[in-house]
Amino acid sequence: MSVATAAPPAAPPIRPQAARTRWSQRLSGQISNAGLQVAVLALTLAWIVPTLGLLINSFRSGGAFNTSGWWTALAPPFNFTLESYRHVLGASDLAPSFFNSFMIAIPATIIPTTVAAFAAYAFSWMKFWGRDWIFLALVGLLAVPLQLTFIPLLTLAVHFGLTSGNTILGLNAGFLAVWIAHTGYGLPFAIYLLANFFRVLPQDLFESAEIDGAGPVTVFFRLVLPLSVPAIASLVIFQFLWVWNDLLVALIYVGGTPEVAPLTVTLTNLVGSLGQHIEYLTAAAFVSMIVPLIVFFALQRYFVRGILAGSVKG
Amino acid sequence: MTLVTARLPLLQVDWETLLSVNLPTLLFVIIGVPLVLVAYIVGFDVLVRRLPKRSQPSVRPWVWVAPAIAFVGLILVYPMIGTIVRSFFDRHGDTFVGLGNFVRLLTDHGILIVLRNNLLWLLLYPGLVILFGLLLAVLSDRVRYEKPVKSLIFMPMAISFVAMAIIWQFMYYYRPPDVPQTGTLNAILVNILHGQPQTWVQDTRFNNFALILIGIWGGTGFAMVILSAALKGIPGELLEAARVDGANEMTVFRRIILPLMMPTIVVVGTTMVIFALKAFDVVYVMTAGNYNTDILARRMYAELYNAGNYANASALAVILLLAVVPVLIFNLRQFRAVEARR
Repeated sequence: MSVATAAPPAAPPIRPQAARTRWSQRLSGQISNAGLQVAVLALTLAWIVPTLGLLINSFRSGGAFNTSGWWTALAPPFNFTLESYRHVLGASDLAPSFFNSFMIAIPATIIPTTVAAFAAYAFSWMKFWGRDWIFLALVGLLAVPLQLTFIPLLTLAVHFGLTSGNTILGLNAGFLAVWIAHTGYGLPFAIYLLANFFRVLPQDLFESAEIDGAGPVTVFFRLVLPLSVPAIASLVIFQFLWVWNDLLVALIYVGGTPEVAPLTVTLTNLVGSLGQHIEYLTAAAFVSMIVPLIVFFALQRYFVRGILAGSVKG
Repeated sequence: MTLVTARLPLLQVDWETLLSVNLPTLLFVIIGVPLVLVAYIVGFDVLVRRLPKRSQPSVRPWVWVAPAIAFVGLILVYPMIGTIVRSFFDRHGDTFVGLGNFVRLLTDHGILIVLRNNLLWLLLYPGLVILFGLLLAVLSDRVRYEKPVKSLIFMPMAISFVAMAIIWQFMYYYRPPDVPQTGTLNAILVNILHGQPQTWVQDTRFNNFALILIGIWGGTGFAMVILSAALKGIPGELLEAARVDGANEMTVFRRIILPLMMPTIVVVGTTMVIFALKAFDVVYVMTAGNYNTDILARRMYAELYNAGNYANASALAVILLLAVVPVLIFNLRQFRAVEARR
């Protein structure tokens, strides 16, 4: 191993004993390697079987998967059909709630990201009274259960008419309530993630920009934002997936109103009537998973980076 | 449960409203909101520049943090205080009852099962997620197809708990012993192990474990990704040196890998403890808290929506907060320790 060894001692003649040891070592190495491969593949298989089962069932006719398991479809004759998908996309509550999920998730991603970027810039590159304490409070808020906020916020929402029964400028006010709620809930993590990234940007950049006479606004839009695209991308993915997959906040602020209900709420209602609609549940679940899965597989790198930035430094 | 193959009611989708009102609003919000925020920053910066040069640096930061502080104050801090205060009042919110709500809740027979279930979640979920995450991180590090393996195990992270619950409905599905099983677990149990089919979700002997397993299946990918990154951060020479000195793989793992990964394991653990305490969706979708599977977060929702009992709901939320406080303090100390090292 070591480079410093000038003259290696002459190799001792290989005795049969040593040769056998080495051979048996290699054999045991191969066995343990095979064991390793089997273990990894078995765990992976165990992990994908649940999803695979649902996926296969979603392409079978309702009658078929009520009477036989999904694995029977893997043998001929292959009777696959798009019936469930056609139904789910054509004529159920699911199509409008698919739209509602976008309607909720997109603004509820844009608003907190923008607000957090401004705040994170101040927290990492400006000095002000109480800065460190406010930041510490934000870190503390990361752990606070959302349940603690529901009752006073609901009262406020009702007071200001931000409920799914009202419309403001033609828009269902329930959307507004959910956007505002998600913005507040998402901000501590968003600020934390972005500030962690902003503050390790090279200081020289800021100094030379200042010498050139650039104000903080110019520095923010011309330097900080372009340099932070990876961090902002991971935050956007995180927040989008969190809002898209959220059930609790949607249940609380828009309740069971179908005009505003996102996919998660509609799906949950379908589960409630499982006995009747079981054959559509499979396709419905996959429809709800399509967008997050596309986002996930296309942008996995940023997603992982976001997780690492958010957790390892914490 | 009867398996009627009935059509969903044909709901007339009001696409006209969707497309003529909601879509323009969505576009308006996507463009408008960032514009307003940028205009706010630029506008106020112009105002700040009008101030005497000396006071500019002390005013400017507040312009940048004000929107965030306003949102966090309105959505998190104000309601938090409100709920804590509310938990000391009766259900109409006008009579101070001291610890009355807590005493009533904690002496209720049903709450013991709720607390027991929360404790089960708290012990099993973080522990097993870390165990599986560590196992998968260490094992997959040694195979050539590491990337696809990690991708597949990480995948449940991207989907909702509702979708996870539906996926597992089909794993746990029960049919009487005299007909073919369609649920994966019961099929394995009956066809391969020659046992009796079980009602995994209803049977109070193991239904809590069945629900926690869904959470573990969903959360392991998260732990694996972080632990795997920490594992790859361990210098290879260190492991090589130990192996040359004759340490076997188990010793290398126990004496070198594990101690070096401990800080990361602790961080993942605290995150998972918070997840476990907040668990809601899986129980809500799978059992709605029936069959002795209720947990604090779902019970609080029920008190709020089904019973309309704001006193009980507030008190439950405060109990949830008290359970998080140790983690919260730990988080803060951890954060300050990291800051001090900067």
